[in-house]
Amino acid sequence: MLITCPYCGPRDVSEYSYQGDGNRTRPDPASTDQEAWNAYVYDRLNPRGEHHEIWQHSGGCRAHLKVTRNTLTHVISSVGFARDAGHRKSDGHRKTGAEA
Amino acid sequence: MVEQESPLKPVWKPGSHGNFANGVGVYLSETMPGSIVQLAAWPGEEKAVIAAIKKVAGVTLPDGAGGGAPGDVKAAFGFAPGKFLVVDEKEGLAEAFAKAVDISVGTVTDLSHGRTAIRVAGPKAEWVLAKFFAIDFSQVSFPVGAGRSTVHHDVFAQIQRTAPTQFDLYVFRSFARSFWTALCHASAEVGYEVR
Repeated sequence: MLITCPYCGPRDVSEYSYQGDGNRTRPDPASTDQEAWNAYVYDRLNPRGEHHEIWQHSGGCRAHLKVTRNTLTHVISSVGFARDAGHRKSDGHRKTGAEA
Repeated sequence: MVEQESPLKPVWKPGSHGNFANGVGVYLSETMPGSIVQLAAWPGEEKAVIAAIKKVAGVTLPDGAGGGAPGDVKAAFGFAPGKFLVVDEKEGLAEAFAKAVDISVGTVTDLSHGRTAIRVAGPKAEWVLAKFFAIDFSQVSFPVGAGRSTVHHDVFAQIQRTAPTQFDLYVFRSFARSFWTALCHASAEVGYEVR
């Protein structure tokens, strides 16, 4: 699997570290809402198809990247710097703590 | 500054080795620059750091990812977004940058004793390096002066192409001896000279 880093170009997946699901929205650190924290820590979409993920180019420029990968075909449809994506809101597909 | 001691000393064997009967494929050497300095710009301050590199080191960096300027005395290249490595034959570059780069613009890290600079040159340089790093070494995608960050297993390496058949590698000092030994083994088939 190749991931095309916006800075370094196409590189082997072995240069990257997976940093987790990119759909999560971290609750306010001051929040004591247990359901919100439970959802943030444990709930995952686990889709078959396109999935938003955070990868770090740890064996290269060390930038954190926002990657859209198809979990069925491993096709990478978009890559960008995570810092450019800003704070991502939930796409609405994931169950919140209350609904889970 | 304290005197630099090469980590390659115990495995340093000058002369020709391997299959050099039909000519030497690569020349391996340690460049031992006096200064290796890493500069990191805060987001939006990249141009200010590039200007500081020009002012302090007299090296003009081109725009774009991995852009660099090679040189025998001073060299510089970008290796990550907003991050640059500047190398000088002389010591004291970090002090000069610390005065020129304000904390509001970016940071200066002196890596002079933290990195070992290895030069791989010769007609088979691309061939040998391609065994280590899964990147495109052709001159079209890796032009002279450009820099790349990549990794050989756990050995992180920053590579600058300093001439059509010459690459300068900056590896962690603690990994340098192991990497050098592997480099010698990989170079044996094409014949190599340590100098």
